[in-house]
Amino acid sequence: MHELGIVFNITKQIDEIAKENKVNKVISLTVEVGEVSTVVPEYFKDCFEWAKKKTEYLKGCKLNLVVLSALSYCEDCKQTYNTVQFGKTCPHCKSEHTYLVTGNEVKMKQIEVE
Amino acid sequence: MGQVRTILLERSAFANNDERADILREDLRKAKVMLVNVMSSPGAGKTSTLTSLINNIKDKVSVAVMEADIDSDVDAKSIVKNTGVDSIQLHTGGMCHLDADMTRSGLDAIDYSKYDIIFLENVGNLVCPAEFDTGATMDIMILSTSEGDDKPLKYPLIFQKCNLVIISKIDALKYFTFDTKKCIDNIKYRNKDATIIPISNKTKEGIEELTTFFLEKIKSYKES
Ligand SMILES: Nc1nc2c(ncn2[C@@H]2O[C@H](COP(=O)(O)OP(=O)(O)OP(=O)(O)O)[C@@H](O)[C@H]2O)c(=O)[nH]1
Ligand SMILES: [Mg+2]
Ligand SMILES: [Zn+2]
Ligand SMILES: [Zn+2]
Repeated sequence: MHELGIVFNITKQIDEIAKENKVNKVISLTVEVGEVSTVVPEYFKDCFEWAKKKTEYLKGCKLNLVVLSALSYCEDCKQTYNTVQFGKTCPHCKSEHTYLVTGNEVKMKQIEVE
Repeated sequence: MGQVRTILLERSAFANNDERADILREDLRKAKVMLVNVMSSPGAGKTSTLTSLINNIKDKVSVAVMEADIDSDVDAKSIVKNTGVDSIQLHTGGMCHLDADMTRSGLDAIDYSKYDIIFLENVGNLVCPAEFDTGATMDIMILSTSEGDDKPLKYPLIFQKCNLVIISKIDALKYFTFDTKKCIDNIKYRNKDATIIPISNKTKEGIEELTTFFLEKIKSYKES
C-alpha cells in the first residue's frame, strides 16, 4: 500500500517530465532507494508494473531499482558504521548518540527516453 | 524509431509534493488559517483528543475538522455528533497517507478561509504521514501509553517533525510498563524543542494545558 503511493507519485512526475520534454516514450527509469527507507524493493517493483499501465509515457518502461546501503554516524567517536547490522548502537564505542547519514532516501535518478 | 537519450533527474521522489505543500502553507498563512496535521498509530486517541480539545476552544475560535480515512466516515460523524463543529471526510483511496494535493482539495471543499483553525486527522500510521508533507502549518502527534516509551527511538522521522507530542491515555499508566520520564527523554533526544503534554480523555487531566497551548498558538499565528 505504501509503495503504491510512492510509485504513483513517481509515475505522475515522470509523465509530466516526459510531456514537457516532448518525448515519445520513456524506455527506462532508474530509482535509488535506501536500505532503511520505507520502501520494500520487491513490492515497489510489483506496484510499478501495475502503475505503469495507467500512464501516458511509461507503458513499456523498464525499472532499474538500485538499493543504497544505510550508514550511521557516531557523534562520540566520529566514525561511521553499517546501520542495518548495528542499529542505533555504535559498534566501535557502544554509544547511542548516533544518527543516520544515508539510507532513507527514495530518489529518481534518471530516465532514458526516445 | 527515435534516438535514445538520457535525462538526469537526481531528485527526491517527494520533491514535487514538498513544493506543493510549501505553496499551500503560504496560502494558509496569508488567509491567517492554522492547519494542524494530527498523526499517530491507529487508535492512539486522535479523534478523542480532538473532541476533548475542540469542546474547550469552539466558543472562542472557529474550528473545522478534516478526517482522512482509507474508506470509512466514522470519525467525521463522531466529531460532528460530539462537538457540533464542521467536519468533512477525505478518502485517501487506499493510500496510507494524505499528500498536499489531497489536503488542498479538502480545504477547498470546506471553504477554509472562514476558519481560525482546522485540524486534519491523518491516517493512523507513524511512517507514511511523516514522509508526505500535507502543507500543514503545524505537525503534532499523539503517543498513547499502551504503545511503549521507546517509540521515539523506533520512528525517528515523525518525532523530528512534530513540535507537539501529546502523551495520551495516562489514566491507563497503571496497566502498562510505560516510563513517562524515559519517554520524554526519548522524545527530547529526537527533538529538543518539542513541547510534551500528557493527557487523559477519560479523566480530562491535561486537557486544560492543551487548550491553553492551542489558544496561545492561534493568537501568535494570527499576529505573525
Ligand atoms: N483510557 C483511555 N482511553 C482512551 C483515551 N483516549 C482515547 N481512548 C480510547 O481509545 C480508543 C481509540 O480512540 P480514538 O480517539 O478513536 O483513536 P484514533 O487515533 O482516532 O483511532 P483511529 O482513527 O482508528 O486511528 C477508543 O476506544 C477511545 O475511547 C484516554 O485518554 N484514556
Ligand atoms: Mg480517529
Ligand atoms: Zn505508507
Ligand atoms: Zn562510536
